Amino acid sequence: MSAALETRRLCKSFGALTVAEQIDFRLEPGARHALIGPNGAGKTTFVNMLTGRLAPTSGQILIGGEDITTLGQVARVKRGLGRTFQINTLFRNVSVVDNVAFAVAEREGVAWRMFLPASAYRDVLEESMALLDTLGLAADARLAVAGLPYGKQRLVEIAIALGLKPRVLLLDEPAAGVPTMESHRILEVLDALPKDIAILIIEHDMDLVFRFAQRITVLTQGAVLFEGTPAEIAADKHVREVYLGERHV
Amino acid sequence: MTHAGGYVADSRIRAIEWLPWVLAVICFFAAPTYVPLGSYVLTMIIFALSLDLILGYGGIITLGHSAYFGAGAYAAGIFAARVTGEPLLGLLVGTLAAGLLGLITGLIILRTRGLALLMLTLAITSLCLEVANKATDWTGGADGLGGFTVQPILGLFKFDFLGKTAYLYCLVVLFLCWWLVRRLVYSPFGASLTGVRENNVRMHAVGAPVYQRLVISYTISAAMAGLGGALLTQTTQFVGLKVLGFELSGELMVMLILGGVGRIYGAFVGPLAYLVAQDYLAKQFPEYWYFGIGAMLVLVVMFARGGILGIIDALIARVRSRPS
Repeated sequence: MSAALETRRLCKSFGALTVAEQIDFRLEPGARHALIGPNGAGKTTFVNMLTGRLAPTSGQILIGGEDITTLGQVARVKRGLGRTFQINTLFRNVSVVDNVAFAVAEREGVAWRMFLPASAYRDVLEESMALLDTLGLAADARLAVAGLPYGKQRLVEIAIALGLKPRVLLLDEPAAGVPTMESHRILEVLDALPKDIAILIIEHDMDLVFRFAQRITVLTQGAVLFEGTPAEIAADKHVREVYLGERHV
Repeated sequence: MTHAGGYVADSRIRAIEWLPWVLAVICFFAAPTYVPLGSYVLTMIIFALSLDLILGYGGIITLGHSAYFGAGAYAAGIFAARVTGEPLLGLLVGTLAAGLLGLITGLIILRTRGLALLMLTLAITSLCLEVANKATDWTGGADGLGGFTVQPILGLFKFDFLGKTAYLYCLVVLFLCWWLVRRLVYSPFGASLTGVRENNVRMHAVGAPVYQRLVISYTISAAMAGLGGALLTQTTQFVGLKVLGFELSGELMVMLILGGVGRIYGAFVGPLAYLVAQDYLAKQFPEYWYFGIGAMLVLVVMFARGGILGIIDALIARVRSRPS
């Protein structure tokens, strides 16, 4: 069975600076996979190559076995690749439900329609509301995103991506900036995500990574240092040295 | 209510939305001497509506929208002078010419954003102005294009000396434009434009073909601006280089900001307030009238970012929140 997402010998360099070196990576269907690594390890570059914002210097990217290396962002989204952003990237002055509805409408292919009012597309609205309900945001649906507490904005970030019904979901530090007290809410949401979505999470919060992920890939200086189960990662001396720090043992 | 539209918005026409039309008809009967000014206001409202579609919804900042207004104006003028003075055909020609120009230029300039885009819109207006200035055989150059006749509308309604037909003609065309813009703004397409304005990066990430959407909205907007230009040509039976000037684009931007951006009716209130103030100030203070316009704009930008409609919104909110 082909991987949900796969890279083969993926490289990226800016002039003499190599930020991704021969990355071979497999994300299995329905996987819960984490990508960790110290600052400057090339995580963001890797994600940007996956989503199509950045073109790799060489190598291949495949979704469900199909080579998508040369496709643009939009074409990749159509093939089931969704993502969230490390820094909130929302439609701030628009209601929460519209934030999700914009994504649902694009997926459903109704966003070009010019004649009927948007509110006539009941299915788009209902699907968006149902999605918000599963994330516990139903009560905030009609409020502008800009007025929500930060933690809830992080959930809207996830809700928009889910509106695309992705097969592969890239979560870029979903708990970034959320106070520890509230981060359990994010984890609850992550745990409840549909099991058929393959999820790659990029995260600094090790507690979250170890609780969520079944597999972990460690990236340092643009190359894969180690890949394994959380237990293997925790036991690996090398990983501890470069990343986890001794106190984490 | 700012930025109408979206998937939860109620798109039915509310009672208050009929107010401009009622006022327009009352003005027609109550102030006959102001009918020619009224026609100009109605024309500029069409132009402002076209700008609101791309600026207020798509978030495209342009100082070159007069290129399309002027293209429509000249196309209608040349058509009347060379082919026929049939007014509805003339409007169609003006609209299509401006729409085509909008499509071609949009395909090029909408690849950029921000300041680069702003500069390119300026460049396009300047190019168009220079073409019109040099192609004297067709446009009359600096002397302008006149001497053509516009036939009665549908062969029935002759353009009269007092400008009454012209006023009603403009009003009907504006009504159609308003209806169209309102449809667009409330549609899924309009919602997606709001998305582009609010967050371009996210719109790409949800799989929206942002560039194509912007080009299409730009084309529609340019066509509507051209319609306004054609209307001006027909109602004044003259086209001058001023319709392509950068000043007109700037004036238009001022009018829309004055009224309130991204809310349809800002495009109604802005040109009305601006042109009536201009008319009044020019009579009272013939030497300093621009000072009054400037002061008005400074006040709005400093204290009321939402324009005149924003002020009204704030007042209504204050009255409503007052405990009774």
